[in-house]
Amino acid sequence: MSGADVTRVVEEAFREEWGRLVATLIRLTGDWDLAEECAQDAFAQALARWPRDGVPRRPGAWLTTAARNRALDRLRRGTTEVARLRSVAAMPAGPDPEPVEEDHVPDDRLRLMFTCCHPALPLEAQVALTLRTLAGLTTAEIAAAFMVPETTMAQRLVRAKRKIRNAGIPYRVPPARLLAERTAGVLGVLYVLFTEGYSASGGPSPARPELTAEAIRLARVLAGLMPGEPEAQGLLALMLLQDSRRAARFDAAGDIVTLEFQDRAKWDHDEIEEGLRLLDDALACRRPGPYQVQAAIAACHATALDPDDTDWPQIAGLYAQLARLTPSPVIELNRAVAVAMADGPLAGLRLVDELRAGGALAGHHLLAATRADLLRRLGRTADAAQAYEEALALAPTDAERRYLARRRDETG
Amino acid sequence: MKYLLLICAEESVEVSPEQADPEPWIEETERRGVRLDGHRLCPVSDATTVRAGLVTQGPFAETKEQIAGFDIIECTDLDEAIEIALKHPVASFGSIEVRPFWPE
Repeated sequence: MSGADVTRVVEEAFREEWGRLVATLIRLTGDWDLAEECAQDAFAQALARWPRDGVPRRPGAWLTTAARNRALDRLRRGTTEVARLRSVAAMPAGPDPEPVEEDHVPDDRLRLMFTCCHPALPLEAQVALTLRTLAGLTTAEIAAAFMVPETTMAQRLVRAKRKIRNAGIPYRVPPARLLAERTAGVLGVLYVLFTEGYSASGGPSPARPELTAEAIRLARVLAGLMPGEPEAQGLLALMLLQDSRRAARFDAAGDIVTLEFQDRAKWDHDEIEEGLRLLDDALACRRPGPYQVQAAIAACHATALDPDDTDWPQIAGLYAQLARLTPSPVIELNRAVAVAMADGPLAGLRLVDELRAGGALAGHHLLAATRADLLRRLGRTADAAQAYEEALALAPTDAERRYLARRRDETG
Repeated sequence: MKYLLLICAEESVEVSPEQADPEPWIEETERRGVRLDGHRLCPVSDATTVRAGLVTQGPFAETKEQIAGFDIIECTDLDEAIEIALKHPVASFGSIEVRPFWPE
C-alpha cells in the first residue's frame, strides 16, 4: 500500500472513529481536553506507523488501544485518583483480542450528542462543540465555517467545556421523562448545522457543502443510534432530499435558481431515493413530527417530474399539519404559497393578507415578496410593483435583491 | 437579625490576588461569630436560568427583576437542579438563576 493510500485509510478511519474514540475517553476520564488530545495523538501515531507496519486488521481497535495507552500515560504522570486510572485501564479493545461485535458495545456517541446539545449551553456553543468532539473538525475549521476569528471560537469551546464541568451537565442519554424534549434539541442542532451550510447566511459563497456533509454524516450516526425515533430518520431524510438539489440551486453567476426553474436532471437521484426510503420507514412508525412532515414536503418536490407535476394540494395539507405541530407565521406563509398553487393566486392572497394584518411577519421580505408574486399573477401590476419595492427594501442578501429586481422589472 | 451579603463585581475588572483575597475578612467575621455560611460562585457564563417553565443559558434576569430570596440545594447534576428550580412557584412568573458553587 502506498503512502498516499495509507493517508487515505487514516482519513477514512478519522471520519469513522473520531467521535466514538472521544466519546469513550470522555466517559472514562471525565476530561474533555484529555480525551481530544489522546484521540488526536492516536491518529498521529497511525499516520506514523501504518505506512511502516501496515494497516491493522481492525483500525478502530488499534486506535482505541493507542488512545487508551496515551490517556494512561498522561494520567499516571499527573496526580490522578486511582478510580479513574482503573477505569481507563479496563477500557476494552486491546491490540487484537476476541473480536467484539460492534452492537454489543454501548455507543458513547449518543451520550456525547446529548451532552453537547444540552439546553443550558448557548446554541452556538452546542453547534461548535458537536463539530469539535463528534465530527473532529479543528477549532480553526469551525471558526472558518462560522466566519468568526479563531480565538473567538476557541474561547467559545473553552467556556462550553468549563460550564459542562462547573455546572454539572451530566454525561448521559437523558432519562425517559426528558428524552423527547432533549432529542428535539439534538435534532435542532444538527439541522442548524445543515441549514448553515445550505443557505450560508454570510460570506462570499452561497453554500458551504462541507457543513452540510458533516450534518448529514452526524444525522446518519444519530438515526443509526436511535432506530426507534422516527424524527431522527425524518431529519436525515429531510437533509438528503434538500441536499439532492445542491447542484441545481445556483446558476454560474451564483444567483438563486428557484425550484420551478431548476434543472431536475442535476438533482442527485441516489440521495432522493435514500431519502424517500428513510421517510417511508419513519412514517410507518405512525408517530409524525415536524421533521417527518418537512421531509414529506421535500419528497413531494423531489418526486415531481416537472414543476407542473407537483402535488400542491398535498403540500398545502402538509404545511397545515406542520403549522399544527409547530405553529409559526413562516410556515403559514409557506402554506399560503402552496394554497395559491393548488387553488389559485386569489386563495393564496387571502391567506397572505390575513398574515399581513396579523403583523407577525412585519418587516420580513418574504411576506412582501410572496404578496408581490401573487398580485403579479392576478394581473394587478401596479400593486405588484409596489410590493416588489417593499420586498427589495427588506431583502437581506445581494442574491435575493437581484432576484426581486429582476421580477419587478418583468412586471412593469 | 440575619442579613444576606450579595458580593457583586464586574468579571472583566482585574484586581490583584491580594486585593481580592477574602480570607482575612472570613477569618475576622468567623472570629466574631457573625458569618454563618458563604461561598464563591462560578462565573455567570456557568449559570442556567429557568423562566416560564423553560431552560435558558446564561443569567438573563430582567432589569426590573429583583432578588427576592435564595435557596442552596445539593443535587447529583444540573438536570436535577433544573427540575427542582422549575418546581418553585416563582419559576412560573419570575426567573430562577441556577448558579453552581465554585468547585472546592
